[in-house]
Amino acid sequence: MKLNGSRIVAQSLVEEGVKVIFGIPGGAIMPFYDVLPEFPIHHVLARHEQGAAHMADGYGRATRDVGVCCATSGPGAINLVSGIATAYLDSSPLVAITANVPTPLIGKDAFQECDITGITIPVTKHNYLVERVQDIARVMKEAFYLARTGRPGPVLVDIPKDVLMAETVFSYPKSVDLPGYNPTVRGNMAQIRKAAALIKEARRPVILAGQGVLISHAERELLQLAETTGIPVITTLLGISSFPESHPLSFGLVGLHGMAYANYAVHDSDLIVAIGMRFDDRATGKMEEFAPNAKVVHIDIDPAEIGKNIRVTVPIVGDVKNVLEQLNREVAPADHAAWIDQICAWRMKHPATEVRPSEKLLPQLPIKTIYDVTKGEAIVVADVGQHQMWAAQLYWFNEPNTFITSGGMGTMGFSLPAAIGVKMARPEKEVWVVVGDGSLQMTVQELATAVQEKVDIKIALINNFCLGMVRQLQDFFYEKNYVATPLSGPDWVKLADAYGIPALRANRPEQVRSVVEEARRIQGPVLIDFQVETEENVYPMVVPGKSLGEVMVK
Amino acid sequence: MKHTLVALMEDRPGVLSRVITLFRRRNFNIDSISVGHTETEGISRMTLVVDGSKPIVEQVTKQLYKVINVRKVSDVTEDQTVDRELALIKISAKPSNRTEIMQIVDIFRAKVVDVAPTSLMVEVTGPEDKVDSFLNLLRPYGIKEMVRTGKVCMVRGSIATREMTGAPASNGRSNGKNGD
Repeated sequence: MKLNGSRIVAQSLVEEGVKVIFGIPGGAIMPFYDVLPEFPIHHVLARHEQGAAHMADGYGRATRDVGVCCATSGPGAINLVSGIATAYLDSSPLVAITANVPTPLIGKDAFQECDITGITIPVTKHNYLVERVQDIARVMKEAFYLARTGRPGPVLVDIPKDVLMAETVFSYPKSVDLPGYNPTVRGNMAQIRKAAALIKEARRPVILAGQGVLISHAERELLQLAETTGIPVITTLLGISSFPESHPLSFGLVGLHGMAYANYAVHDSDLIVAIGMRFDDRATGKMEEFAPNAKVVHIDIDPAEIGKNIRVTVPIVGDVKNVLEQLNREVAPADHAAWIDQICAWRMKHPATEVRPSEKLLPQLPIKTIYDVTKGEAIVVADVGQHQMWAAQLYWFNEPNTFITSGGMGTMGFSLPAAIGVKMARPEKEVWVVVGDGSLQMTVQELATAVQEKVDIKIALINNFCLGMVRQLQDFFYEKNYVATPLSGPDWVKLADAYGIPALRANRPEQVRSVVEEARRIQGPVLIDFQVETEENVYPMVVPGKSLGEVMVK
Repeated sequence: MKHTLVALMEDRPGVLSRVITLFRRRNFNIDSISVGHTETEGISRMTLVVDGSKPIVEQVTKQLYKVINVRKVSDVTEDQTVDRELALIKISAKPSNRTEIMQIVDIFRAKVVDVAPTSLMVEVTGPEDKVDSFLNLLRPYGIKEMVRTGKVCMVRGSIATREMTGAPASNGRSNGKNGD
């Protein structure tokens, strides 16, 4: 059967099980859009390509399968880059399809031409410039394979317009031939036994669980390891929801704004079992003084993460689920009552963040109220900033993949478009966006997408009239020299109204619960403008250059 | 310390730029790179000299392995190798000192490959330090132009690099050759 390049792309998407893609058309990619209605693929029209990439990323994180976005050549492709980089830093499976100018024009600075494969080399797992129509099917197969296997990540496929229009016989490959790509998925048994021996000896062990647990669907194996060995579990930011936060062995979040007791526990531990995480500087504090007395077992599928930031005692390369299954067979039941009592004592002294009573509307209150009202069962998509940290601290997650945020890249504007993708992936779940006024402004145009697609997301705007996290740093380190952090508007209720979105407002604490409840009663997207206290800082905080043991509690 | 890595990669458009971008992005300090064809069609071979501690070189190796088109990376620093570099040097040469220069050329088993009224072009091959000392001796005469290829090397003995065992370093201390 002869097909043109565009139909081969679309049919390949169907073969890969893709049901929805996010994008914006333009000159070069028109041949693809022209044939798209012939295929059982729903296209979501974003309002900026960055939004399309975040939507696909959100879709990918909610399903732990590939999200797909597409864009035209030049500016369309370039606008994807923030979203692709966000997915790259957070190991999110994404396939980005871009069209380029026709082959004879490549290199001629043609209208809307850019070297998007060159631009995205540092922020993709791999990318392709497809030069012949005969290569499209193979490249699509490889792109999906690379995006979803091993350590997942974004793959970009750039196809010149003439290649989209050329014809060839289509047959979708059954397998890939990538001799240079061979992720190690089983753990080395000798290393696993060494790890089990360290676990047996340890007196003050902690498990540091990262997103790798979620990517690998290893939540049950993690639970079993923790319960068998009695080791307390602390998560990274993206590891949140990999272990039930209501579990007695759950001791919160590590790092910059993690719970004080979690940071003390990691700092004082004699063994860290790090699972599917990468010792990001926001998690470790000052690296040279990170957990000075701890041996480290590091389990990760990416060998390059092992030994990159922290010296490791027992490295284990492999898929987290496999390795934990193997490890669970080697460990013996134990309990660490004295050690856990110590962490609980720290927790008594410095409990997790609570909303203190106040006549003013403090920014933490709406987040805590959403937690109470949704009984902790919603998916929360947090943006980047103070509100993100409060969401991580105050909303306790029990079900996997229910906290979604841009961790590594910290891309402001992530939450609204990502939540659109999340809701389309998991329509049965209640989805809340927790976003600041600085962040929402960055991708606010996607409100139109939410309306057009009738996506039922609830947007909790924590509006403190400033770029709060930067303001906090100015408060701490720049003598309250508030340069370029105050934000004036817009009137969010009017803006939402202009987009056709019902909007509510609260500026007093007693209004919070009723607006949250009202938002839940309304079908479709709703925005709540929580006008909160400006001068509120996120605690605990590990200031730059300090170790986790020196966490500042207020 | 300087480490010599040999990387085998697919000979395709864009592969070199992936590898070079990686060094910049990861802030690796690369002394020299030379790339060329190999005995296998479609595979090219890069010889890299990396300046850095063992953990840094290990990161270079692991990051190179993450490039999908890279097939094999070996750290040959501690192996018995034959190291070679080629240099072309254009030296100012007057009739009065030409013989003197030719004597130095002879001692180093270099070759005069072009003669002009006021200059000589010389080709020299050998390990880097030999090329360095040759250049030092020629410098007083006036080097008008010089080009060096960067080091290439091959491990002695009958085993070929592509046959050396080992997957990407999986035990954290491996250099890619003796991974678990």
